[in-house]
Amino acid sequence: MAATKRLLQRGNCSVSLIDDPSGPSHSDAIRSINFGPSGKFLASAGDDKLVKIWETSSWHCIRTVSADKRVSAVAISHSGQYVAFADKFGVVWLVGLDEDDAKQTKVDKKAVPILGHYCSIITRLEFSPDERFIASANRDFKIRITVFPKQPLKGAHEIQSFCLGHKDFVSCFAFACPPGCAHGFLFSGSGDSTVRLWDFISGLLLATCEVGAKVGLLQYNGTEDGYPPVTDLCVSSDGSIIAVAIQSLHGIVLLSCGFSDRTLSVAKVVTLEDNYFPTSMVLSFSKQRLWMVMGASNLPTLSTTQLPTRIRVMSGFHKDPSDYNGHDPITLEDNEIPGGKKLLSELQGSSDVTMEEAALAAAVKSSMRNMLIKKEYALERREMRKRNRNDRKRR
Amino acid sequence: MSSNADTAQAKSRSGRLPRKRFYRARAHSNPLSDSHFPIPIGPADFDYCHHYPYFFAPGSGGRSDGDAPPRKVRFADIGCGFGGLLVGLSPLFPDTLMLGMELRDKVTEYVKERILALRASNPGHYENISVVRTNSMKYLPNYFEKGQLSKMFFLFPDPHFKEKNHRRRVISLQLLDEYAYALEVGGIIYTITDVEELGDWMRSCLEDHPLFGAVPEEELELDPVVKLLSSATEEGQKVARNGGQTFRAVYRRIKLEEE
Repeated sequence: MAATKRLLQRGNCSVSLIDDPSGPSHSDAIRSINFGPSGKFLASAGDDKLVKIWETSSWHCIRTVSADKRVSAVAISHSGQYVAFADKFGVVWLVGLDEDDAKQTKVDKKAVPILGHYCSIITRLEFSPDERFIASANRDFKIRITVFPKQPLKGAHEIQSFCLGHKDFVSCFAFACPPGCAHGFLFSGSGDSTVRLWDFISGLLLATCEVGAKVGLLQYNGTEDGYPPVTDLCVSSDGSIIAVAIQSLHGIVLLSCGFSDRTLSVAKVVTLEDNYFPTSMVLSFSKQRLWMVMGASNLPTLSTTQLPTRIRVMSGFHKDPSDYNGHDPITLEDNEIPGGKKLLSELQGSSDVTMEEAALAAAVKSSMRNMLIKKEYALERREMRKRNRNDRKRR
Repeated sequence: MSSNADTAQAKSRSGRLPRKRFYRARAHSNPLSDSHFPIPIGPADFDYCHHYPYFFAPGSGGRSDGDAPPRKVRFADIGCGFGGLLVGLSPLFPDTLMLGMELRDKVTEYVKERILALRASNPGHYENISVVRTNSMKYLPNYFEKGQLSKMFFLFPDPHFKEKNHRRRVISLQLLDEYAYALEVGGIIYTITDVEELGDWMRSCLEDHPLFGAVPEEELELDPVVKLLSSATEEGQKVARNGGQTFRAVYRRIKLEEE
């Protein structure tokens, strides 16, 4: 995730987020962003231990919350009342958003811890659409579904279920509620190269799609054969469009899901040009377009203002996923994207990619690996780091 | 190394108890480190046949009544150490499956050998207990379904005295969420320690947690398990020998009260 703070507004031009000059600004890699209901708010958080909440009508930062540890995931509840974020130790914190905050910026209203995955990095955090549950996925193959209580600031102690079945870290997940279904379902993607469908109320695994295997992406990883991890997935709210980004595939995989007969299968593989590996995707509100970003942060050689990113847009999705045979989703050319080349140059830094695309792809891979694998430090550095620990007494 | 394991197995089969001298390990183990031991993907993948062959041998049909659902582990001893509590509980509840969870490799091996030896010298007994090497602070939901357990034990856990190490304590508000998930409503959590500060910590965590309520003293008097807490384990016996005080907190898993 790049630390650039530029965004697309409905008017097809890019917008810079306006920060409060008196408070702290994002200064390090942003690990997670999430929109609130109807796009009214945006939350961003990352390695600088700040969670910032922006109001999208004016793009002003309305709240900054400081965290004790680096933040790995953030989510806004559907009522827009709460922002939840997860730190690198696996604790999920909650802070309430008051209406008054729109008028003032306040730093340091303390967040409260509401639940935790014991010593495990949380990779994704989301509220269920009806806000009854909060779901958190971690590096240790688990997805935990917790009841989100009426007074959540006292803690979310009641675990509804665990969705267990993945054989590697869970990288992404999304809720979907197809018409006619009571509760909705959960889709998840993982380092084990599968996408799974769950009944999150019971934690039951309903279907598994071995995306890496189906798409034929077997690769030799140095010591063993394996399929590449799923890096992101994007699901429309009714579950009709399921887009999956998987490392090593220069494109995306579209899945189709039969909710009633519990099947999940590859419907179509859409390839883009060589060396374009999407790291992050989002479906536009009207489901007309899929926006894909490929970017890498934490590269030691580049300054933070010059982070390489590349954006592509895909269009032409159909309501009926089985109807892909005649009409492929097409990738838009740069000048066909709403906003055109001008937008791209603002968002990417330039309309030409600043780095060789292959090098960018390699950078993305190592960036992802760095995020999820425990760092090994040399002995002297470890001792130095111990001196700076800031563990507070906490129950 | 493998020849040692074979001779140890052979000795256990003959009924000879293992000697602790060969299984010495440090008292502490780091629960934060990424250890590499096999974990079941989910509770359905837990190998009951391996742990409780008497009840799950192929052909015996689980040794339960034909139509009854298969047995599951109902008692969990977290940090079971050298297995004293399991051995003490086994004859009290002969039809209940119990599992000990221990982080230290050598100590788990000791308990395995001890159980095998007891089974060999007391045919038909001690078949309901077993041990697994795992980090229960990270992987409890991998072993137990929601509401599967009726009792959980935390006997003399590592106090982790330094404030910066408090996060490694096995009882905390966060972890109690997971223990509440594994315990059925009405299930009981037993904790005991000889360290007063830890005793206060555990009691206040349980008191503050909305899914646990204290078990009244009168009920504890009648519970046969309670006496074992301080007498069954090596740690407990050591405390008694030294005339130390113990601090007990026994709570019941309750339903969340409606606001």
